[in-house]
Amino acid sequence: MSSNNDKDIDDVTGIDTTGHAWDGIKELNNPLPRWWLWCFYLTIIWGVGYTIAYPAWPLINSATSGMLGYSTRGEVAQEIARFEEANAEISAQLASADLNTLAENTELLRFANSAGAAVFRNNCSQCHGSGAAGFVGYPNLLDDDWLWGGDFDNIEYTIRHGIRNEEDWDARYSEMTAYDEIFTNEEVDATVQYVLQISGQEHDATLAAAGEELFLNNCAACHGDNAMGNYDLGAPNLTDAIWLYGGDPASLEETVRYARFGVMPPWGERLSEAEIKAVTAYVHQLGGGE
Amino acid sequence: MGNYIKLIALGCTALFAAVAANWGRDTAYIVHAIIILGVSGYMFVRVLRQIDEPVQATPDGYMDDVIRAGVIATGLWGVVGFLVGVVIAFQLAFPQLNFEVLQPYGNFGRLRPLHTSAVIFAFGGNALIMSSFYIVQRTCGARLWGGNLAWFVFWGYNLFIVLAATGYLLGATQSKEYAEPEWYVDIWLTIVWVAFLAVYLGTIFKRTEKHIYVANWFLLSFIVTVAMLHIVNNISIPVSIWGSKSVQIFSGVQDAMTQWWYGHNAVGFFLTAGFLGMMYYFVPKQAGRPVFSYKLSIIHFWALIFLYIWAGPHHLHYTALPDWASTLGMVFSIILWMPSWGGMINGLMTLQGAWDKLRTDPIIRMMVISLAFYGMSTFEGPMMSIRAVNSLSHYTDWTIGHVHSGALGWNGMITFAALYFLTPKLWGRVQMYSMSAINWHFWLATIGIILYAASMWVTGIMEGLMWREVDANGFLVNSFADTVSAKFPMYVVRALGGVLYLAGGLIMVWNMYMTIRGGQRVAAPVGVPAE
Repeated sequence: MSSNNDKDIDDVTGIDTTGHAWDGIKELNNPLPRWWLWCFYLTIIWGVGYTIAYPAWPLINSATSGMLGYSTRGEVAQEIARFEEANAEISAQLASADLNTLAENTELLRFANSAGAAVFRNNCSQCHGSGAAGFVGYPNLLDDDWLWGGDFDNIEYTIRHGIRNEEDWDARYSEMTAYDEIFTNEEVDATVQYVLQISGQEHDATLAAAGEELFLNNCAACHGDNAMGNYDLGAPNLTDAIWLYGGDPASLEETVRYARFGVMPPWGERLSEAEIKAVTAYVHQLGGGE
Repeated sequence: MGNYIKLIALGCTALFAAVAANWGRDTAYIVHAIIILGVSGYMFVRVLRQIDEPVQATPDGYMDDVIRAGVIATGLWGVVGFLVGVVIAFQLAFPQLNFEVLQPYGNFGRLRPLHTSAVIFAFGGNALIMSSFYIVQRTCGARLWGGNLAWFVFWGYNLFIVLAATGYLLGATQSKEYAEPEWYVDIWLTIVWVAFLAVYLGTIFKRTEKHIYVANWFLLSFIVTVAMLHIVNNISIPVSIWGSKSVQIFSGVQDAMTQWWYGHNAVGFFLTAGFLGMMYYFVPKQAGRPVFSYKLSIIHFWALIFLYIWAGPHHLHYTALPDWASTLGMVFSIILWMPSWGGMINGLMTLQGAWDKLRTDPIIRMMVISLAFYGMSTFEGPMMSIRAVNSLSHYTDWTIGHVHSGALGWNGMITFAALYFLTPKLWGRVQMYSMSAINWHFWLATIGIILYAASMWVTGIMEGLMWREVDANGFLVNSFADTVSAKFPMYVVRALGGVLYLAGGLIMVWNMYMTIRGGQRVAAPVGVPAE
């Protein structure tokens, strides 16, 4: 027992308690653990130092800017400036390059492809997919089937101005007719069967024969007599197995009745000259560039 | 007289709700008006039937009926919250589970706030209310103040939860994380919360103990601060009194700062201070040992509540928030490290002289694991608040892992321990129906947490590294979709961790049901081989 008989001593630890008990709970009079206290002091000292070094204390009209002159925006700007400086020369070279002769300059080609890939991942992959394989309504960029042309100039124009958007007056534009109120139901069926026939799918030969005349009178103006499409109008080739909205009878009927109106935003304002060139070169080399 | 005032108030509410149900502009509002009409109508009839009946004398002794109701509510809301969590975890791994027929109600976007509110406010909130009612009576040696006001708090709070949950599913949200309920639900919660504070303070004022026990400091700080946070963060102007939509009074970065001042202190005062209050009562009671250090409890209490309130800006590093605010948030978060650990030290060291119970008492084991996760997440938090670390961790799954190691580990485990402590006591049983079921629960929950936290660390750090990966020329290497597809296996592991945790919760609810129903399973004590 302790020499002080007033103290209530805990038998297990030999430490005195505060002398109260709440519902049987007592509290020991242990001191603060030293390591805990010192760590606490150290974090406070560090905190004071840190707020002197970095922007921290609010004043009336501004805040202390810190001894190190640090700012988060400055940090990011510095990082961007570092790469921009490193890439300045080659970027300028790319911005003014003729893409048709890009293949002759290996270093520039490699730069264009890695820059183009980054631009594509950040801006294009949301619709065209990170592998550029597209989705229903969003063209696959890996094949050699193009709606508006697949040479460098056409790809660059499409990227710069977009398709059927309202932001850019120079956007590529065309509009398919919706035949729902023009054709009878039989005529819609016949046209669909004809498209199935020319794309080499299972079809009803009698209906398709009737559909051929309808096609030549109504659709051939854009899609061509041979249905191979037309880059100038963005009219797709209907004779291959590549479909933007589906080549099954139900999808084709939907297309014939109500038409389609795919939109792509313009990137001319948003991307730099070098970035546009780079992503053009990237898309061109994905597999189908003309 | 009081009953007539009640009748008038309930009658007016029912009338107003009936008008609102007719004039409501959106589904959520109309459904809520009908719920309120039903509740106030029922209460009107109830009060009417009791009117002019002789008033029964207030019984002596502790008021435990409301705590019994709270124990049941905590258990049931817990499994509901865990279940929704498991569903949304699988939805993240397999988006097809956002079934077309269930749209828009079964969409991840609506189920996610349902999960967070169910576990934090329904499970955690009921746990805090019922255990604070239990603790304040025992440690003050006084019956709850205010008579049936405690029942008003319980039912009023659970009505708030029903309104919040149905609101999310029907599309009513003010889009502030952990503060999603719309304006009229916020007003209702304010009324309930003031009643909660009154019951609590009233009981402390009429205490027979000379001093106020440490658990009560923490619980009181929780009640007072949550009231302040809730009111300030929800200041908004309804577009119409007949509709659920409202517009926040703050805008832009000020709104963001207010939101994270609220959000971080919801963690600090709801999930930390409140649960520390629970810890300070249940750990020494279960261990049968005195609290380790009175001094430490004072110092870490005041340091904790002073520092926590400034740490919110660390949620907004590298945003429109000015750098000075971001620095202060980070510095206060780091200074907060030791005060947070004070609670862990005091909890763990209280077991001095009772460590042998770890082998025999699964409830003590839950408390120890809970304190360990508390210590781990209160170290991880300050670390993640460092700007350089945050630039990697922010917006990634690391944050999700951090929150869950705190929520599943600390809040969940200490609540389970409290439920196992309270259930037999409140229903007059010797102990829980099955001690080995507690043991099963302990292991299922622990393994579940480890799967959850580990998978989220891996995927969070991977995601952060993939986002910032650049090639030699400084161009980004990965698209966002690449990082999403790379996370798939870890999402499956996380969902499985959630399944284990849910399974543990179901075992607990079954065990509670069997205990309440009576009887006790005959089994050899843990640690002694059966003969």
